[in-house]
Amino acid sequence: MHIIENGNVAAALGVKLAGAQVIAAYPITPQTPLTEKLAEFIEAGEMRAQYIPVESEHSALAACIAASSTGARAFTATSANGLLYMHEQIHWAAGARLPIVMCVVNRAVGAPWCIWNDHQDSISQRDTGWIQMYACDHQQIIDGVLKAFALAEATSIPVMLCYDGYLLSHTYMPFEVPDEGKVGRFLKPFKPPYALDPANPANLNTVTLPDVRMDVLGEMAHGYMEIRYLLQEDLRAALSVGQEIEDEFASIFGRGGNALVEPYRCDDADYVVVGMGSLTYQLRDVVEALRDEGHKIGVLGIRLYRPFPDQAVAEALGAVRGVFVIEKALSYGYEGALCSDLKAALYEHLVKGGGNGGPAEDGRDRGQPAFVKGLVAGIGGRDIRTLDLTDALRAGMAATAGGGAKGAPAEERPDWIGIKL
Amino acid sequence: MAAKTTILTLPKEEFVHPGNRACTGCGLSIAYRIGLKALGSDTILIVPPSCLTVLQGLFPVASTKLPCLNVTFASTAAAATGMLEALKAQGREHIKVVGWAGDGGTADIGIQALSGAAERGDDFLFLCYDNEGYMNTGVQRSGTTPRGAVTANTPIKGKMQQKKDVPAIMAAHGIDYVATASSAYPLDLYDKIKKALSLQGTKYIHIHTPCPPGWGFEPRYAIKIGRLAVETGYYDLYEVEKGEFRLTGASEKLVEKRQLVPVGEYLKTQSRFRILTPEQVADTQARIDRKWGGYYRTNE
Repeated sequence: MHIIENGNVAAALGVKLAGAQVIAAYPITPQTPLTEKLAEFIEAGEMRAQYIPVESEHSALAACIAASSTGARAFTATSANGLLYMHEQIHWAAGARLPIVMCVVNRAVGAPWCIWNDHQDSISQRDTGWIQMYACDHQQIIDGVLKAFALAEATSIPVMLCYDGYLLSHTYMPFEVPDEGKVGRFLKPFKPPYALDPANPANLNTVTLPDVRMDVLGEMAHGYMEIRYLLQEDLRAALSVGQEIEDEFASIFGRGGNALVEPYRCDDADYVVVGMGSLTYQLRDVVEALRDEGHKIGVLGIRLYRPFPDQAVAEALGAVRGVFVIEKALSYGYEGALCSDLKAALYEHLVKGGGNGGPAEDGRDRGQPAFVKGLVAGIGGRDIRTLDLTDALRAGMAATAGGGAKGAPAEERPDWIGIKL
Repeated sequence: MAAKTTILTLPKEEFVHPGNRACTGCGLSIAYRIGLKALGSDTILIVPPSCLTVLQGLFPVASTKLPCLNVTFASTAAAATGMLEALKAQGREHIKVVGWAGDGGTADIGIQALSGAAERGDDFLFLCYDNEGYMNTGVQRSGTTPRGAVTANTPIKGKMQQKKDVPAIMAAHGIDYVATASSAYPLDLYDKIKKALSLQGTKYIHIHTPCPPGWGFEPRYAIKIGRLAVETGYYDLYEVEKGEFRLTGASEKLVEKRQLVPVGEYLKTQSRFRILTPEQVADTQARIDRKWGGYYRTNE
């Protein structure tokens, strides 16, 4: 069924289709319409789930952690300071290997108070051991919720599905609501590896020692470090599991196809601009305008940010002259986190690996990009004007025109698009 | 009320293994052993960081035969709600959900989640074992540390503030059952847990648990000191059932006898009260006498 609705409703419909059993949430703008919609579905009898109106975000995730440990499919959603208030629980959910799904409706964090969109909230959670997906439009939100549950349950790792506050949460767009029967084929009922049960008692998340330790039967049990090592291993494996789930989804629903990165006009590109979320679709217009001027430029959208698709990123960027990374967040004191991650990936796969195989079939050099330029835009919901993006990229290309390795722009990093000082 | 449980009628089945990591003379270990007998096997426990986390053992060994979810410090009651709703979604409502936290995890960092769950009236039992301080981290003051007690972070002057009255706060939520108990009266605790489990909604039981290293007394006096707290009128045993306050057990008998042991007899048993001046002891006695004057008047 094709409908026109806002992004929060798209998420709520996805959660309903996914058959979440326990939903706990605390209101925060711009997440509220999503949880209001879920409460409405449940009170109207359209959805069989337990809705818990908790007294804080910390408790929202606490309730989900307990529900998931008891074997129920659990969902929550939040934004900005609500997400930060959960921080301890976010680590806990990943360490406990619980397949909880959370929608993060991206918003700037205080201080000062700012309710508008940027990515600082979810980027600040990148080291917690959660999988992070970024949606670019309403279709990716509703489909993304289903994929998030599938991926979480396949890996026993919680998933954050992030989408831009207001730009997606409160705007209306047409999208396809997945068919319930097909969803049943895609997402099987939740069967946790262990659920709390008096008939089979276990003490979960108990104090665990630095070293491995024998259990009463003489078997060696993991130490804390082994438990954390396995989380990291399984997160890395989630790159391929995520792609398999994407392929499965595409075969059933006939859309989607790339779980990790979404390239647009990158094939013959000299320059690629990289971003996440709705910005990457806006950048397609920018790329079209610059192509009309004769610039060979493309866009690479990062769909899965954690685990970071380093190989896919390096493959997509190996043949280009320069890379621009535009972010709505910063690792304060350095640069955008995505920019750092991307440079690490290029170093790992292109520089350390000695490039990726010499001249390509089309005769262009394949080595590594001559520069990676970080840019910051849209902090605290500052309008990101397509014209400003076009100007910034045009200027960036001009500054490095004909540049080899020495052509990299050396000014302070990152550049702030649209700053008025 | 049902017949009082005696040592002869107490169930034999044990849910706490012997040889656990509790300190000798630990009030909690008594309350826990007897309390779990009252809870029975069809129970899931939720425990925040506390001495109980240590008592339960280090992975992969556990000293408790009931399933237990260890949760973050502030989240015991919120986790209880999530567990209840999960059990409901799975048709397993018969399983009892019980939060068991220390005084810090109840009165301080845990009170927001506890208040939220009580306001929602979620159907679970919350047990607070009150050893009057952060004993697991080395005896720091908590909201329920009594006035005048020396702790690791009130090392010279002692705690300057009064003890937070958590049972009264819980009763103010309008929940159907709030009770106080003491590890020195374990059978009374047993009966109160049984009663709580027979009621719907949020139930709260506050358990006074003397702590030999934290309070500064020899382990063999754990029961004696717990009883002295009651016999001096310093800590009262009562129930608030559907809003009705009623002294119970040993405290109820004290109203009839009208003969409280002077509070100095209790205070002098513990080195944490070593800095109290005679004036401060007299002030504590005066507060107790005022409180008990009220009890006597209601009983006339």
